[in-house]
Amino acid sequence: MSTPATGLDPGVRLHVVTGKGGTGKTTVAAALALALASRGRKVLLVEVEGRGDIATAFDVSPLGEAEELVLRVSGGGEVWGLSVDAKAALIEYLRLFYRLGAAGGVLERLGAIDFATTIAPGVRDVLLIGKVYEAVGRTSGERYVYDDVVLDAPPTGRVGRFLDVNREVADLAKVGPIRHQADSITALLRSPATVIHLVTLLEEMPVQETVEAAAELSVGPEGRTTSIGLVVVNQAREPMFDEPAAAALVDGGVGPAEVAATLGRLGLPADPGTVAGLLRQGRDHVDRLDLEDGQLAALETIGAPVVVLPHLLDPSGSGSIRELAQELADQARFPDR
Amino acid sequence: MTGPTTAHTPGRSLRPARTARHPRTPHPSTHLDVDALLDDPATRVVVCCGSGGVGKTTTAAALALRAAERGRSVAVLTIDPARRLAQALGLAELDNTPRTVAGVDTSAGGRLDAMMLDMKRTFDEIVQAHATPAKAEQILANPFYQALSSSFAGTQEYMAMEKLGQLHELTDASGAPRWDLVVVDTPPSRSALDFLDAPARLGSFLDGRFVRLLTAPAKVGGRAYLKVVSGGIGLASSMLTKVLGTALLTDVQTLVAALDTTFGGFRERADRTYALLQRGGTAFLVVAAPERDPLREAGYFVDRLRADDMPLAGVVVNRVVRSLAPEVEAPTAAAAVGHLEDADEDPHTDAVVAGLLRLQARTVATADRHAQITERFADRHPQVPVASVGLTARDVHDLEGLRGIGADLAAAGTAPGGRRATG
Repeated sequence: MSTPATGLDPGVRLHVVTGKGGTGKTTVAAALALALASRGRKVLLVEVEGRGDIATAFDVSPLGEAEELVLRVSGGGEVWGLSVDAKAALIEYLRLFYRLGAAGGVLERLGAIDFATTIAPGVRDVLLIGKVYEAVGRTSGERYVYDDVVLDAPPTGRVGRFLDVNREVADLAKVGPIRHQADSITALLRSPATVIHLVTLLEEMPVQETVEAAAELSVGPEGRTTSIGLVVVNQAREPMFDEPAAAALVDGGVGPAEVAATLGRLGLPADPGTVAGLLRQGRDHVDRLDLEDGQLAALETIGAPVVVLPHLLDPSGSGSIRELAQELADQARFPDR
Repeated sequence: MTGPTTAHTPGRSLRPARTARHPRTPHPSTHLDVDALLDDPATRVVVCCGSGGVGKTTTAAALALRAAERGRSVAVLTIDPARRLAQALGLAELDNTPRTVAGVDTSAGGRLDAMMLDMKRTFDEIVQAHATPAKAEQILANPFYQALSSSFAGTQEYMAMEKLGQLHELTDASGAPRWDLVVVDTPPSRSALDFLDAPARLGSFLDGRFVRLLTAPAKVGGRAYLKVVSGGIGLASSMLTKVLGTALLTDVQTLVAALDTTFGGFRERADRTYALLQRGGTAFLVVAAPERDPLREAGYFVDRLRADDMPLAGVVVNRVVRSLAPEVEAPTAAAAVGHLEDADEDPHTDAVVAGLLRLQARTVATADRHAQITERFADRHPQVPVASVGLTARDVHDLEGLRGIGADLAAAGTAPGGRRATG
């Protein structure tokens, strides 16, 4: 049921990953970082909501405010991690632009830092994405320090506003470094170097949110937009029946009598309750897959390549991230370094 | 993808101890009795909280419907329902006031009203209720107010609490409460804790020391002991002006001054609603999914409610997979699939039964895992009552579906295992 994904543009360097809460957005972001690293690339994985999810996903100690090596992959690829905090970013920012020095502490004590980072979500977002922007553009000698930056962004409900930093600060800061920074960020987000990946489950509400987010994200002001990279279906069920078997199950061609006889022959429990339970489970499964097919069709209207990841027994385990990374690498052809 | 059998160690007994299949039986004292909670007239507010995507809205709606059909007069406040669920609840009209839900069984004397939170409108209404018309107009036109009321991180949580307080206090002509139970769903926050923290954060921001210093520079001026602070303020002000721009700071100053003179401080308001939540008539239900991260989040929330003396009623674990044929063990099912693939007596039936058994192996493996994760949570939080709800075959978007969820929630408190659909 999966559509073969086309390869991403080799010029893509910033991967913004979003999805409805509960769809496994962070797990997919981690798997994507690992998939890119498995092509020999040096990848920075960034979280902006301070939940420590990256550390949990890779089973390492919590990340600090500095970039840390999380994982080295055979073949030379690396995954680095960073947890960005808005307050620390503002202090660093003021130091950089205003040579603030010790006054940072005074500002903190007065509540000025809190004030500035909570006063308008726009300022906070500019500071958070500002760190990502800096990491994407950072060079060492002739080449970029990171081949790719993967941003575990806020969920679909908030991501449009999060990324539209320009509009957010437009009314607030008309001049000055924040405004300038917002302009530079917007230019990067709308350039071919940035794509947004949408993570979803094949369920009604996440799919609806994904389709809406795709529409919202691709209608930018002045016609310039951020492109959708991949639509990633997470935890898709594996079909247990081929088509004739599914049909026989649904239309009753194979019913309780046949199933009971076969179970009996196999020496398995074949009481009416067990037979009815197994049949009901089977029909529910076929029913659910039908529903999933409908949801998949809705996702295909987005017009971006759809990658389908399997339902794993332990979806958030660190072994699962490797398995998902492999699936991603197989389905979305990432360029080598 | 590997087959479902690999999760089981070869050589392990084909018949694991019964506790592995019915892990909730050892904890009979920690079952959440949903009906007792909903039927108790002392229960006036039920707050459903939890991290995003765990089914808070559905749980809130199912509880409200069940309470109404058991005879209570209920208002349910939802934040962001799925479109079809919203339609089922008659939430097409967005007028920020509860409307009667059609199709509810009122034979027990109850009723159900539902509404969806309009955050900006709720904020506007507070301003209009507490300020003179001229002042209100001035506030509503303030550019910073517009940003604050529509996009400030925390405004949604704050307004959900505000609306909850309003619904709770509303009375009919005779002075009796309009609803004897208000069920509230919480905003889709990054963390469940945001619901508790955001209102105080917004309140402390607007009432905060820095805003006060900014808005009252004249009062600070002449006092010697404030000179250092005042010098710091000057530095901070000029820094913020550079970063944020003068216009914004002026807007903030004007807004805070205007709000302050028309009604009591924001923090005071937030504190009042917080106190309502701490009262005995409130019950917090923490909603989670049977996965590591949502349950860890639920654990944080449970600890926090304890620390704040908030009345925690229990934890609801949604979307729990259960087998409908518990007599067939996963390894047995998987082994039988192998036998069927070798046999060719009746290929048509064999193909169906093989599929049923593969599905059974997978379902039992998932069910065991969900049970283990839930049990581990229960072990870590032994005093917290837990109820679990089975995963439904289809998405819930009508009253019938909500009734099913409600029945499952209530049954989980009294009987081990359920017989609902599976994945």
